Amino acid sequence: MKTDEYYVPSQSHWPIVGAIALFVIAFSAGLLVIEMHNEKASPIGHYGLVVGFCILIYMLYGWFKNVIHESLSGMYSVQMDRSFRQGMLWFILSEFMFFLILFGTLFYARMLSVPWLAGEGNNEMTGQHLWPQFNNVWPLTQTPNGEQNGFMSWQGLPLINTGILLVSSVTLFNAHKSLDNNNISHTVLFLVLTIVLAFIFLTLQFNEYQHAYQVLGLKLDSGIYGNTFYILTGFHGLHVTLGATMICVILIRTIKGHFNKDNIFAFQAVSWYWHFVDVIWIILFLFVYII
Amino acid sequence: MNQHTSIKAATGWRRWVYTTNHKDIGTLYLWFSLIMFFTGGLMAMIIRAELFQPGLQLVEPNFFNQMTTVHGLIMVFGAVMPAFTGLANWMVPLMIGAPDMALPRMNNWSFWILPFAFLILLSSLFMPGGGPNFGWTFYAPLSTTYSNDNTAFFVFAIHIMGISSIMGAINVIVTITNMRAPGMTWMKLPMFVWTMLITAFLLIMVMPVLAGTVTMVLTDKYFGTSFFDASGGGDPVMFQHLFWFFGHPEVYIMILPAFGIISTIIPTFSRKKLFGYHSMVYATVSIAFLSFIVWAHHMFTTGMPLAGELFFMYSTMIISVPTGVKVFNWIATLWRGSITFEVPMLFALAFIVLFTIGGMSGLMLAITPADFQYHDTYFVVAHFHYVLVTGAVFSIMAATYYWIPKWTGNMFHEGLAKTHFWLSLVSVNILFFPMHFVGLAGMPRRIPDYALQFADFNALISIGGFAFGLSQILFVVVIVKCIRGGKKAKANVWEDAEGLEWEVPSPAPLHTFSTAPTIK
Repeated sequence: MKTDEYYVPSQSHWPIVGAIALFVIAFSAGLLVIEMHNEKASPIGHYGLVVGFCILIYMLYGWFKNVIHESLSGMYSVQMDRSFRQGMLWFILSEFMFFLILFGTLFYARMLSVPWLAGEGNNEMTGQHLWPQFNNVWPLTQTPNGEQNGFMSWQGLPLINTGILLVSSVTLFNAHKSLDNNNISHTVLFLVLTIVLAFIFLTLQFNEYQHAYQVLGLKLDSGIYGNTFYILTGFHGLHVTLGATMICVILIRTIKGHFNKDNIFAFQAVSWYWHFVDVIWIILFLFVYII
Repeated sequence: MNQHTSIKAATGWRRWVYTTNHKDIGTLYLWFSLIMFFTGGLMAMIIRAELFQPGLQLVEPNFFNQMTTVHGLIMVFGAVMPAFTGLANWMVPLMIGAPDMALPRMNNWSFWILPFAFLILLSSLFMPGGGPNFGWTFYAPLSTTYSNDNTAFFVFAIHIMGISSIMGAINVIVTITNMRAPGMTWMKLPMFVWTMLITAFLLIMVMPVLAGTVTMVLTDKYFGTSFFDASGGGDPVMFQHLFWFFGHPEVYIMILPAFGIISTIIPTFSRKKLFGYHSMVYATVSIAFLSFIVWAHHMFTTGMPLAGELFFMYSTMIISVPTGVKVFNWIATLWRGSITFEVPMLFALAFIVLFTIGGMSGLMLAITPADFQYHDTYFVVAHFHYVLVTGAVFSIMAATYYWIPKWTGNMFHEGLAKTHFWLSLVSVNILFFPMHFVGLAGMPRRIPDYALQFADFNALISIGGFAFGLSQILFVVVIVKCIRGGKKAKANVWEDAEGLEWEVPSPAPLHTFSTAPTIK
């Protein structure tokens, strides 16, 4: 950090490229969903989505390249570093709120809507009148309108996956510590380990989905148990994917020698994010699988 | 290294599209908000034209529903919120002595997402099947089982608006926590900065909630999930809980910055310090906290357990305490001040009276047993238009008149501006006040046709509506004239106005406070 002045970048074309990318993604996603729904096989949505993500990746690459360049040329003050850190923490808070609402949905279904549909509280007549055969059990293996499905047990893959994510948190923590001790080769080793663990996690998660879909008959349309299961694990999986991608980026940057004790924000941000994703999984494992 | 002064100013479209300057981005937000205000206003005019007489006159009921829906969405997400973000962009760095917003490029990104988001939303109106027609609250099952095919466009438009809002909010918070000039301690912060800080916090907390909710609407509609469908174990009422857990803080997102603006303008033209600054700060924080525990007062008629009805009734009524603190503080500021009636002050005074009317009808709605009568009637429409139009929108106009000399370097045409104020004041009351009466008499909201006994009042309401809509053209005239020329403004435009923004010249140069001022 060589400067005390707060760096205000000059004009940049990356934001507008990013805005166009989001526009193409949002519009194509809309088209795609509608086409799938109507079973029309028009390809515009697919291609649009691919193009949109390509523009987004191009934008992120260019934007971060600029930022990294500025950071390495010592244009960032300590205050700037603080801005980045605070920004990242607030972003993680918003992610936390996103998961909170998904957990809220799960709790609402379990504590309120399913018991009410089975006639609890002052809903006895509702239960008798609408679906008299419906019982309040969780995991919900039979929906009110009679569809049946299996449920995920917490033993087996989910338990293994929990272990994997916990270990990955430890390896990432060690990578961080090695970086603090200026031990770059250990940092690289631990980062690679973390990425491998993330990859194993995602592969197992994919196998679990296949098992759920094909063997247990647990599908998107099999009622609120499957819905909350897929939305929580699905969004968590997306976050793991994003986190793993970010770890790949900091791995490359570590190898290039971008980080040292004083210039470590990107590394820290990624590890905060990864630990956050882990914490979400622990909560998820507890409430989606075990209890 | 002095990067930003060494680079020559860009011109033409590049200046606006590639900009990282908080003032330029603020200007973009404000223009966007004005355009959206007129777009949403046009839809309101269509609604009022249809309701001028009972019976179906001009539009199909389905199109009428699209108009009420998109009018609401545009005014909330396109007009009011961007206006406040624009004001925050312009004024917060000036008020705290910062060189710019904390993350200037992200700031630009936040803005430029918005026009595209609204392009998606508005384009669905012209597609076969039409735009969203389920009300801006998009209650399931209206938005799931019964909505048209284009709902996905609505969902994804909301998604990217949310991304924009979250990034904008992060920028505001980080700017305020990290970029204050030395000596600008928390309890010296101008009230507007305080309210923007709390607003940005609320945005970060609730925009993800909205994102989750629209995602579930998407999967319920297109992928067969049953989050909001009882036959699969879900509950349509859960949608309302999720939506209003976002929606109620959202209401305060649209009014807290207004409180900040009024708390800035009233002291200036009373030539006194703001009465009870500390209590204002605490009141703002209390309102923000309470906003998270009152959401189900929108849902009294959904058959909640009695304990829920009572809890949400009392917690809602408690909000009137901090809000009352604010109103009394403004009045106490006025007390024995040397008051003058410049245009910003006129709007601010109108705000105090008319917003309080909206607050009072809110208190009536909070009373559970009474709400069963008022629910989903025009009384509700009257209530939230008093707080949003004569509240939020009036405060935005007050802020525009207050700071536009700083932005343009010219004074606005006072005669025209006063005409704009008086025309707006009279017409807005003709527009919204009779809605209380038709609402109490039982006229439901969101219908294109109504029973004959409501005809006279509705004709009157429509006349007020057209008059209010036309009066806003004057607003644009004043703004454009002020940009093009006028009496030169001094650095401190209003005598005795307090704040760092008055220490820089008018118009404010593109870059201010490159070296931080010291606050005594």
